Amino acid sequence: MPTSERILFILEVLVVAAPTVLVLLLGITTLLDSRLSEQATAGATRLAVGAGLLACCGVLGVMIATGTRHSVLDLGNWIELPGETGRRLHFAVKFEFDRLSVPLAMLSFVLCGVISSFAAKYMHREAGYNRFFTLFAVFLTGMIAASLADTIETLFTGWELVGLSSVLLIAFFQERPAPCRNGFRVWVVYRISDAALLLAAVVLHHMTGEGDFDKLLGTAAWPYGEAAVEPNEALAVGSLLLLAAAGKSALVPFSGWLPRAMEGPTPSSAVFYGALSVHLGAFLLLRLSPLIALSPSLAIAIIALGFVTAVYAYLVGSVQTDVKSVLSFASLAQVGMIVMEIGLGHWAPFLWYVALVHLLGHAFLRTLQFVRASTFLQDVRALENAMGERLPRPPGLLRFAQPDTRAWLYRFALERGYLDAILIDFIVRPFLRFFQWCDRLELRFIDRADRATSPNDESSGREVGQHA
Amino acid sequence: MMLFQLPWLDLAIAIPLGGAMAATRARSVEAAYRWSKGTTAIALVTAVLAGVGFEAGFPQQSRILENGFALDSLSALLFPLASLLHFLTVLSTARNKAPRFSFTGTLAGESLRLAIFACTEPWPLIALLTVETLIPYFEKNGTTRSLRLFAWHMGAYIALLMTGWACVEGRIPGGRGVGSALLLAAVLVRCGAVPVHTWLASLFARGAFSASLLFATPMTGVYAAVRLVVPIAPDWILQSLGVVSLVTAAYAAGMAVVQRDARRFFAFLFLSNASLVLVGLELHTSLSLTGALALWASAALALSGLGFTLRAVEARLGQMPLDRFVGLYDHSPGLAVGFLLTGLASVGFPCTLGYVAADLLVEGAVETHLALGIIVVLATAINGIAIVRAYLLLFTGRRHESTAPLAITGRERAMVLAVASLILGGGFVPQLLVVSRHAAAQEVLNIRFANLGPDL
Repeated sequence: MPTSERILFILEVLVVAAPTVLVLLLGITTLLDSRLSEQATAGATRLAVGAGLLACCGVLGVMIATGTRHSVLDLGNWIELPGETGRRLHFAVKFEFDRLSVPLAMLSFVLCGVISSFAAKYMHREAGYNRFFTLFAVFLTGMIAASLADTIETLFTGWELVGLSSVLLIAFFQERPAPCRNGFRVWVVYRISDAALLLAAVVLHHMTGEGDFDKLLGTAAWPYGEAAVEPNEALAVGSLLLLAAAGKSALVPFSGWLPRAMEGPTPSSAVFYGALSVHLGAFLLLRLSPLIALSPSLAIAIIALGFVTAVYAYLVGSVQTDVKSVLSFASLAQVGMIVMEIGLGHWAPFLWYVALVHLLGHAFLRTLQFVRASTFLQDVRALENAMGERLPRPPGLLRFAQPDTRAWLYRFALERGYLDAILIDFIVRPFLRFFQWCDRLELRFIDRADRATSPNDESSGREVGQHA
Repeated sequence: MMLFQLPWLDLAIAIPLGGAMAATRARSVEAAYRWSKGTTAIALVTAVLAGVGFEAGFPQQSRILENGFALDSLSALLFPLASLLHFLTVLSTARNKAPRFSFTGTLAGESLRLAIFACTEPWPLIALLTVETLIPYFEKNGTTRSLRLFAWHMGAYIALLMTGWACVEGRIPGGRGVGSALLLAAVLVRCGAVPVHTWLASLFARGAFSASLLFATPMTGVYAAVRLVVPIAPDWILQSLGVVSLVTAAYAAGMAVVQRDARRFFAFLFLSNASLVLVGLELHTSLSLTGALALWASAALALSGLGFTLRAVEARLGQMPLDRFVGLYDHSPGLAVGFLLTGLASVGFPCTLGYVAADLLVEGAVETHLALGIIVVLATAINGIAIVRAYLLLFTGRRHESTAPLAITGRERAMVLAVASLILGGGFVPQLLVVSRHAAAQEVLNIRFANLGPDL
């Protein structure tokens, strides 16, 4: 008779293995150029998501039945080295099942399952059908790894997989330049966010000697862990994590990428930017909430960022003219509020539960709205045609503002808060101009040096693509 | 085991050399290709046996060259890796490029580089490194393109190397310090540190791509640093190496983002990665050195894979621009996947061989100083941006119109699969690489401690 621990172990392995096997199956067949049929691809996805979801439900059931609030799946050390001061350096592969991770993993499986079924029809006979499902599987694996991670290295792995798959899906319609440009812009923001998370990971590793969350946040079940660092260290690491979360969840000042991400297919927009990917930053803050408990300054910074983001998203969302952009800014306003709740949790820890429930509820609602958006527009049009007039629009909060202020806010909202313009003018353009100037100097130098001996030189570095 | 007691080291060096001589007499290009492929494959098997034999506890000492030619912890991995890169270069040579590809030069170069990675004595090593600089010059594919910049820099490199080691051995007061400084300068020139880096971009843009690739990616300059500089250099020399390399890593990463030519993009990407390896050497702690040596192996493999993919694209369309969308994905998704996979592996993307290496390097850097860690992380982040930009420009954005088939060939698919399986396999099971590089790092540190014990 297998014990409850044994059953739990098997179920936990299945939760992690199901999406991983799907990625391997779709990835290897793609590499070998022997792609599965549409039916087989959709079937394999359904099977993997179903198995993962059932296993996750099983884990929850066993945990409730046995009163376990915190279970760790330890798959051993990825690497292990003797350290300089006698301690062993290791990167462990560990997954944590608790009140925070299990709901998010279940959310990921449910939404990915629903959306993959939707996409199987939506993407039918699309040239990149197989590519879509391969990237979708990578995304699911990343989400499961990030939500269940019990070490900062595992979290980072999931975080990166989510980022890469998101970007490649934004650029899914790759025969047009606009999706590719937008995908690239999102990638740039994600890389900044990834760099912040990697630095936070390394600093944490450095401070606590290892990247395991139980060493950093204590062994108590979420959210009652106690961080094993000083308040100023919590502020330093927390600031890096906040930067990482801001990039991933499109908080101010990185909000400009969110409407750009809508270039991707509707199913991926729904599940990524309405539900899962956009909440990953908030989840990161929730996972490391014991750090927030230590530092009031960090909590205030988080509340401020959440508040600014929520107000910004409300204003900008009010003037959007396409349904996907409206929904994306509506998502962002809710994410801002979730982040505020997380910051307020410093003084009232029950708000972390509120934030978790808010996150789950919002993800479900927004996914439904994204998927329903196109038919909703048709319904509204039919209704307006039947009525012979436009449907009345309720006035917004801005009706209370003075006309001048209202006009200014309208311009501000239309320009999306000038956030993109500020980032481009003050960071991107100076960076590019400096290196383009260096490049021109170098090319001139190379041309002079190399042509000094060879006036009939065939080509320089700039003359490329002549056969293209 | 008798198997590992055979002279695999000598065979691995001699087989390509013999193959090079025989390749000159090949009757056709196709015969030369087949001969070279067979020769490099056999050399690869012997090199792997030599490396595995060493790891299994059987000393791999040359029986022909005797003193100074043997595998140790450092070279036990680099030796088969160099052989693999040559094999993949020959294997993935496109048919239309084969008439202009120098099979003889590649085989001779393989023999030479294997000898370099087996060499532990300073003067023979300097002699071999000197000869190595001549290969790209003779493999210009018969073009009239000038490599004057390359020649200047390599001349300075050889002069600095020889003078530096002569000073170190001269036993004159202060000779070791001066010699170390000269050797440091030599290494910086060879590794393309800013501001003496222009030769590398020039070589890639004007030289034969395959010869440039094989000249750069095994990172023999870093090998010279580990063998000649790290064991004897005082701390201030290594710190100088670290500062210059850090600046180079960040500068090259920024330059890779703005390139309008795929070859120059590749050159700067390589430069940034090679400089990160040198940063790890500077920190000379067990952790950072392990990270640097692991990054060396993973970046050499990943960047070579990226280079092979780019070379395959060039075989179809000529030298590629990066100032407009080309849109090759539909024609060749295999090459697109290979390009993205190898590119991301070179910047330490999770689940690839480079992830743990980059992580160890950053960890070692942060251990020394947080600012160092920040710059290393930023450099890798910017490299990641450059890679995705190049991928999007080359493979997406529009649909390339072509009446000729541009799909990946069997040879190229074999190359992509070989590199992908090593990158992903190593990413899932990195412990073997890390343990092997840790042993090498310990050995390097022990030699340094033995030489500079009282000064440390």
